[in-house]
Amino acid sequence: MFATLKFAALLLAVVVCWATQDYDYNDAEIDEEPTLGDSPYGSLWPLPQKVQISTVVFKLSGASFHIFDAKASSSGASCRLLQNAYRRYDEYIFTSSRKQGQNKSKKALASDMSELQVWITSADSECDSYPSVTSDESYKLSVDSPVAVLKAPKVWGALRGLETFSQLVYKDEYGAKSINRTDIHDFPRFAHRGLLLDTSRHFLPIKVILANLEAMAWNKFNVFHWHIVDDPSFPYLSRTFPQLSQHGAYHPYTHVYTPSDVKMIIEFARLRGIRVVPEFDTPGHTQSWGKGQKDLLTPCYSGASPSGSFGPVNPMLNTTYDFMSMFFKEVNTVFPDAYVHLGGDEVDFSCWKSNPDIQKFMEQQGFGMDYSKLESFYIQRLLDIVTTTNKGYMIWQEVFDNGVKLKSDTVVHVWMGNKVEEELQKVTEAGFTTILSAPWYLDYISYGQDWQKFYRAEPLSFKGTDAQKKLVIGGEACLWGEYVDATNLTPRLWPRASAVGERLWSDRDVRDLNDAYSRLAKHRCRMVQRGIPAEPLFTGYCAHEYKGV
Amino acid sequence: LKTISNSRRCYKQWLWFMVLFMSFSVIYVDAVWPMPQMISSSMARYTLNPREFIFQYSSGSSAQPGCSLLDSAFERYYPPRQHDEWFRFPFTVVVHVERAECEGYPDADSSESYKLSVCSGQAALRAETVWGALRGLESFSQLVYQDDFGEYFVNETEIEDFPRFQFRGILLDTSRHYLPLHAILKTLDAMSYNKFNVFHWHIVDDPSFPYQSSTFPDLSSKGAFHPLTHVYTQIDVKRVIAHARLRGIRVLAEFDSPGHTQSWGKGQPGLLTPCYKGTVPSGTFGPVNPANSSSYQFMTRLFKEVTSVFPDSYVHLGGDEVDFTCWKSNPDVRGFMLKMGFGTDYTKLESYYMEKLVDKKGPKWRLVWFWQDVFDYHEKIPVDTVLHIWKGSPGQIQQELSSITLAGYRVILAAPWYINHIDYGQDWEKYYTIQPLNFTGTEQQKTLVIGGEVCMWGEYVDATNLSPRLWPRASAAGERLWSDEKMTSSVIDAFPRLVDFRCRLLRRGIQAEPLFVGHCRHEYQGI
Repeated sequence: MFATLKFAALLLAVVVCWATQDYDYNDAEIDEEPTLGDSPYGSLWPLPQKVQISTVVFKLSGASFHIFDAKASSSGASCRLLQNAYRRYDEYIFTSSRKQGQNKSKKALASDMSELQVWITSADSECDSYPSVTSDESYKLSVDSPVAVLKAPKVWGALRGLETFSQLVYKDEYGAKSINRTDIHDFPRFAHRGLLLDTSRHFLPIKVILANLEAMAWNKFNVFHWHIVDDPSFPYLSRTFPQLSQHGAYHPYTHVYTPSDVKMIIEFARLRGIRVVPEFDTPGHTQSWGKGQKDLLTPCYSGASPSGSFGPVNPMLNTTYDFMSMFFKEVNTVFPDAYVHLGGDEVDFSCWKSNPDIQKFMEQQGFGMDYSKLESFYIQRLLDIVTTTNKGYMIWQEVFDNGVKLKSDTVVHVWMGNKVEEELQKVTEAGFTTILSAPWYLDYISYGQDWQKFYRAEPLSFKGTDAQKKLVIGGEACLWGEYVDATNLTPRLWPRASAVGERLWSDRDVRDLNDAYSRLAKHRCRMVQRGIPAEPLFTGYCAHEYKGV
Repeated sequence: LKTISNSRRCYKQWLWFMVLFMSFSVIYVDAVWPMPQMISSSMARYTLNPREFIFQYSSGSSAQPGCSLLDSAFERYYPPRQHDEWFRFPFTVVVHVERAECEGYPDADSSESYKLSVCSGQAALRAETVWGALRGLESFSQLVYQDDFGEYFVNETEIEDFPRFQFRGILLDTSRHYLPLHAILKTLDAMSYNKFNVFHWHIVDDPSFPYQSSTFPDLSSKGAFHPLTHVYTQIDVKRVIAHARLRGIRVLAEFDSPGHTQSWGKGQPGLLTPCYKGTVPSGTFGPVNPANSSSYQFMTRLFKEVTSVFPDSYVHLGGDEVDFTCWKSNPDVRGFMLKMGFGTDYTKLESYYMEKLVDKKGPKWRLVWFWQDVFDYHEKIPVDTVLHIWKGSPGQIQQELSSITLAGYRVILAAPWYINHIDYGQDWEKYYTIQPLNFTGTEQQKTLVIGGEVCMWGEYVDATNLSPRLWPRASAAGERLWSDEKMTSSVIDAFPRLVDFRCRLLRRGIQAEPLFVGHCRHEYQGI
């Protein structure tokens, strides 16, 4: 019955020293042993690139501790993004324990930590911009008494550093907030660290999306890939084509994202250094589009007459491209990110094949019987349309595989589970940037600690030159929506996605499962305490269990 | 009496309704989960108005106002769950109960049958016991539906219903992860919507001992994950039992021994067997020490408390997965084996322990039952024991069922419903298509299978993911255990009903996960 229990006990019993990192016992207190199975890095997740933690401990008093802009910082009180973050992290650090008014007069003790100064070092803090794939997320954090200093070239690094700082704070045995003297220099291994949520197979209420953006920030994710529409429903309320959601959503009012919802999500994400990349997948996966947009989809035939069902977008009609061009013009203005995901996956040719008009069109174009040429024809025209809006695009790997001509800055999204390394090799050989999702389909669940599987995946294990490897700009965890809605999304995502988060942020050599287990167990308790129902890794407990249900 | 004749008349009237509307009536007939034993309905429907909706005891009912159990059930089911609309017509549900056991606890032989008749603008619910009345109220509430304009209706319906199996349980494990009280209470709510009637509380185990014993407070103060925040106080336990009782659910406590007791040892030194490495104690401990008489004295006092705290006439004694290596290593235990003439057969020692444990039962404690391991090893099990099958391949399970019932023991089947094991896709189908009586044996033997149990072991489950992992997957087992197998053999027929039912669960605040792509009119509002 409980064979796994024994296995995990064994796993934990193996105390592993973290040899590869810069763990440093600065202060001659080497005799202090870490408890069994505890990581010397406490609850840090994802692990920073360079960390030195000393055993010298400072106390933080909720009454006197504050997060400030450093005097020399290029960002000040007018930077809403940072001010907002200061308040957020102050709340995370002190949760409910802050004693209001009390202790105010009391002078901080000599060993106390009284403030964290945040210093944006470059002239342009980028406070009012949107994060992008080239945003600088690096930071340096030096925790010492009486002040800790967080230095970052841009606000994006400051956000990451604030999260790290909050993870360094812990409660000592008497319940006092404590932090060790620490030096951290940190930057992400990959620039694109994404999470895909699917709001078409099940509608996800705004609240759920926001909560998960929050959790993404705690895990240093920086891209929300919003797979917003698909076959089952079209919840995106388009201003240009309101009938799309009117007829294509599960419900025209309760199951849609209005323009203001979308705006709110984008701003909420921006304040956490997260890009929102929307996906409008075509020409397949578009059943729901057809309900509100007559003649957009290909009518399928049964013998000589239309069967009443519809296939992919109809690639032979000019009206299709007029529609797409107006639609993507709107998408361009609504979503500020430099990229839009155009999908292009899993196009089923059987309907196209059944349609006599399409057959004729194939002949005219000289495509013979090769329907992937027709697909390419469609996608080529779509890409041209999107290019005129000055957006870059991401596409699923089939588009590349089918030989469609792509702009040089196209990001190819590798998702197919077989021959992943070969695919990465081919895509990068062709000079395209790429992101990887194949090992991280989190909607696939199994019994036990499957986070380890996600954690072990290594994006750069394929054969290729250094230049090729540089083209892998990151990865995405995907949570497809067949079996997921508001009821189970959050515990299914966290802390399993956290495993992906560390793989994409931390150094390639950070892969010790025992150390990771110890840190991740604490990290998940922290998420629970911050209000996210992150599920347990294994038997055990959190000091503050989840209060929801 | 008047209501009965009314309902009979109605029945005849809508027999021809049925003929007329046969093809249309299907959607409404399917509304109740788990499927009642007999149900028929017509297209004739009544509008419900919460302002003029009342529950009433029939004049001849032995339960009358003041029956705490039904009074509080009326409150829960009134007005038909949802409350944001209003209606036109008055509607009365008249409840008649033969034997009012309003202050009692449900028991192994409590009748849960009921008859429900919705006709002539009112509903009549007749049941032998209050427990049956509870099941009937639940069915009634599920007959109520909302049209596209938000109005509530109930169709003319006749139901005659009773459970296929008397024991329909859910096991929660509060040792591997502590489950806050509200998570347990919420589960009890959902259980009653699914007509489950036993909460098997696997309250302690190796990892932690959250039960706060008044006799041995050290057990939880040292053995719980946290002595204050991660324990069930006596008040908590009382609350769980009371909450369960009001929903017609028994609380069956399990104190598993002699294995699975690591956490016991922390607060009760000397209880567990010290393991040896060569000739010296290794510092680790094994199962309860069966060679010490003090072990039995401790157990006697603990179980005396347990049987007084938990009103159910059964206590689950566990007895599974005893690891003999530690006993084998211990010279005192070996000496005891020699003295008792057990040779090197440690199953005899385990037998001895379990028999002594059963001997210690108090007068109130009539029945005990074990995990099936006990049967596999021993012959001297009291006949009134109920055995619990928890492991094996389908073939092995069938064999086990045959041999246990042949020996005359009653049995509960849990093996096919280890719901903590998760898989991608619609695994509810697997739980739905189990056939508990599909084994070789006489009719007499089959009657000894008294039910089944859904087990949610706690390795990977706590308050963050319990509800969506349990519901609606456990609902599949719920129907298997309540309903007629022939009427509910099709997964294809069950799917749309279960989809509707899970949306109903959502509407009632139960975080039930989706079966597949789709939506509910009212999505879950939490995160």
